[in-house]
Amino acid sequence: MSVPTSPLADVLSRYEPVIGLEVHVQLGTASKMFCRCEARFGAAPNTLVCPVCAGHPGTLPVLNGEAVRLGVLAGLALSCDIDAVTRFDRKNYFYPDLPKAYQITQFDHPLCRDGVLRVEAGACEPFEVSITRAHLEEDSGKIVHPEGMDISLIDLNRAGTPLLEIVSGPDMHSAEQARAYLQELQRVLRHVGVSDADMEKGQFRCDANVSLRPIGREAFGTRTETKNLNSFGFVAGALQAEMIRQGALLDAGEEVLQLTMGFNPDTGLTHALRSKEEAHDYRYFREPDLPSFAIDPAWVQSLADELPELPGARRRRYLDELQLPPKQVEALLADKSLADWFDAAAEASGSPKQAANWLFTEVLRLVNEQKRPLHELALTPERLAGLLTLVDVGAVSVQAGRLIVTALEEQPEQDARALAEALDLLQVSDDSALAGMVDEVLTEESDLVTRYREGNTALLNALLGAVMKKSRGKANPGSARELLAARLEA
Amino acid sequence: MRAGDLDPGDVIEQAIARLTARDPEVSAYLDADFERARLQAADVAERLARGEDPGPLAGVPVSLKDNMAVNGATLTAGSRILEGYRAPYSGHVAERLAAAGAVLLGRTNLDEFAMGASTENSGYFPTRNPWDRSRVPGGSSGGSAAAVGAGIVPVALGSETGGSVRQPAAFCGVTGFKPTYGSVSRFGLVAFGSSLDQIGPIAAWAEDAALVYDVIAGHDPRDATSTPGERARALDANASLEGLKIGVPEEFLDDAVDKHVLERVSQAMDVLEGAGAITRVIKRGRLQHMALSIPVYYLVACSEASANLARFDGMRYGPRAEGDDLFEAFGKTRGQLFGPEVRRRIVLGTFALSAGYSEAWYGKALAVRRLIHDEFAALFDEFDLIAGPTAPTGAFPLGDKSDDPYAMYLCDLLTAPACLAGLPSVSVPCGLARKGASKGLPVGLSLTGAAGSDARVLAAARAFEAARGEPERSPLWKEPSA
Repeated sequence: MSVPTSPLADVLSRYEPVIGLEVHVQLGTASKMFCRCEARFGAAPNTLVCPVCAGHPGTLPVLNGEAVRLGVLAGLALSCDIDAVTRFDRKNYFYPDLPKAYQITQFDHPLCRDGVLRVEAGACEPFEVSITRAHLEEDSGKIVHPEGMDISLIDLNRAGTPLLEIVSGPDMHSAEQARAYLQELQRVLRHVGVSDADMEKGQFRCDANVSLRPIGREAFGTRTETKNLNSFGFVAGALQAEMIRQGALLDAGEEVLQLTMGFNPDTGLTHALRSKEEAHDYRYFREPDLPSFAIDPAWVQSLADELPELPGARRRRYLDELQLPPKQVEALLADKSLADWFDAAAEASGSPKQAANWLFTEVLRLVNEQKRPLHELALTPERLAGLLTLVDVGAVSVQAGRLIVTALEEQPEQDARALAEALDLLQVSDDSALAGMVDEVLTEESDLVTRYREGNTALLNALLGAVMKKSRGKANPGSARELLAARLEA
Repeated sequence: MRAGDLDPGDVIEQAIARLTARDPEVSAYLDADFERARLQAADVAERLARGEDPGPLAGVPVSLKDNMAVNGATLTAGSRILEGYRAPYSGHVAERLAAAGAVLLGRTNLDEFAMGASTENSGYFPTRNPWDRSRVPGGSSGGSAAAVGAGIVPVALGSETGGSVRQPAAFCGVTGFKPTYGSVSRFGLVAFGSSLDQIGPIAAWAEDAALVYDVIAGHDPRDATSTPGERARALDANASLEGLKIGVPEEFLDDAVDKHVLERVSQAMDVLEGAGAITRVIKRGRLQHMALSIPVYYLVACSEASANLARFDGMRYGPRAEGDDLFEAFGKTRGQLFGPEVRRRIVLGTFALSAGYSEAWYGKALAVRRLIHDEFAALFDEFDLIAGPTAPTGAFPLGDKSDDPYAMYLCDLLTAPACLAGLPSVSVPCGLARKGASKGLPVGLSLTGAAGSDARVLAAARAFEAARGEPERSPLWKEPSA
């Protein structure tokens, strides 16, 4: 056993944390969940509001089918069972950001349940997290406290935006695992296109449940729930703070109370918001304005069939089949459009490693220069593949290839070979032209030749460089090296 | 008016004159924007002059209960908590009526949030019965029923959760129809008990009720509980009673029903027989759970209402009481601006849904509601219509039941079952009680059909009216105006 070096390590030397996470994901629908208002972040306050989402008397909710479709897609991506019947319930509580004073949610019939997410990324050993349930509900509005004024303002733009609440089982045992799970979940949701899951825009928000138990014991301790953690760092920070707080209580022989906590990122500490006794009685009951309806299993199956390759499978393919370096693999999985672009280039060129190398160097350089997203470039994966083939057969050098990448972007109607020809960048590999240049170099660099022949064979590279320079990069380096070596040994 | 015999401008002026002369007697209206009505009438007249057909209700003045949204008009729901509020949108029925050429005239009084059976629970003032000013018009659509009963407008809309269209129609001697749940969109109706609420016409003639039903019924995608597909048109249905099997369950002939009311209903059965219907008394026992209708109705409606009325917190619209913190402001607003009956029902519903009690109260109520539904459905395997009295008594005096909420709740005894089962049901006038406490007051005959048989129920009401003759009219109806 190692010597504890921090309060957290000290706690973890005696207790095992048990962590379960609840994630609220905003589904990427064009309109809100129960009205036609646009669902968008960043608009001027209260400009995306109608009588329905403002809770005016007499208004009624009408379910946005796209929210159901995205919820089912997310559930399928998490290997969940999809409920045969969709039902909604009212969750009653008073708060100024909740226009109807009840939230339409799903209580005892969640859309998705009994799923699992395998996490192979991050610093942890691979592990699995069970998905207890995922249900649809509407978001609340936002309360804004203007600085220096004793008032609160309500912005209902967000009110009625569709959410999927994803509840994990208590299957994680470290802050690192919690972070790795959240990141993998975020990747999955982005991959299947149900949400941008941008934490800064509040599209991916986490509540963290944690309890401690003495190492080796089965039974769970009493848990606390820390609400509204809107960055991966805050989740880790809140979990660590709770572990230290709970560990100190247990060490002192005191009871951990079932509390709802808040987290202060400035202090790195948690604070109690309310106790179990103060918990709301939400008086759930079936939403009478929305009749329950059956979900067609054939429709669910068609969505399952259309599901794209998920990040986990993609990661294994990249690592095991394509043998890409792990750093490149994670960079590809962070952005589905990048990975899709890569797959297209890899397939068209037949050389995945080269495709990845060129993507991460030259193509992304181009993206930065052009200040345009990848998929808007004139340089398509297929056009890059044409260049890669030229490089592969030695028709152009890597150095020349870089120039051709830029040319491919600037002259969308020309292919790589035509550009190489037009720019006079096709490599010289016919022996007579090359031999002439090699002979010239051997004459000009007689000093190097002498030292080479005295045993400094590393100077071959310097001589090769001189040949390349003389050819303005067009010489095929392989052929030139062979020719040089042959002349020097002669 | 479509034939050009009447001018919409003249018609609306006459209605305004009747309203001005008679409303002080009955206090049926909370608000009336005459200018708006005149503009609408002028618009209809213009369209007629251009040779267009403004629709089946061209130029007909129609009054709406003040719980149905009309863009820019008041929408108090009879409550102080919505005083000064104007709806920022129009609901389904308002749109349909306007599209059919109707002229909306005035906002009628109601029990606060439609909670009551006498219109005495209005947050503003009670409405009075056009037959006897010392009596209630029934409720909660008492303003609409009194307006029609007083002859101010030929037709008005009411809304019903447990009997709020049919009972006031019966008390005021006019026809009131509650459609099948889902026939008429609730979009724009201030919710009370969402799984029960339906809008229906109150009219001086059964045929007018059918005409207005045809205009307001139909699928509306803005109400997810609106039944998809076409509705059978009530005016097209065969208005004949020949061969119709009509059952009268003994449960509707309870001891609680005034015998002079029963006498009129019994005579009405003879009229039905005379017109070719086959009537039978159904022995007690087929509707075993009907006696539980009142507790079941109040549990379901109040539970839903406790959530539906939670939005009235003073934050977004309506008046607000100040408090030191948020929850004090909520509490004071709701405590001061909701009336006692509304507060009572919110407390009842909140209790019935609370953790640990919900299964025993709300859950049980839903289970019994299902039984009541099934018992009625079984009767319709044998009968086309179920008949009985609409209300146990005629209109009662103001203040008579104000101090006894449970006695007031019993007013719904005969109407609540059709609401719980979602069935179409009409009350048609069948004469005046000859003796007793209800002497000289109108009695309503109730005809209830299977779910979806709205057109047949209204056709039977028309046939009954044709067989019996025009209903007796209130003293106010007969008064010359201006």
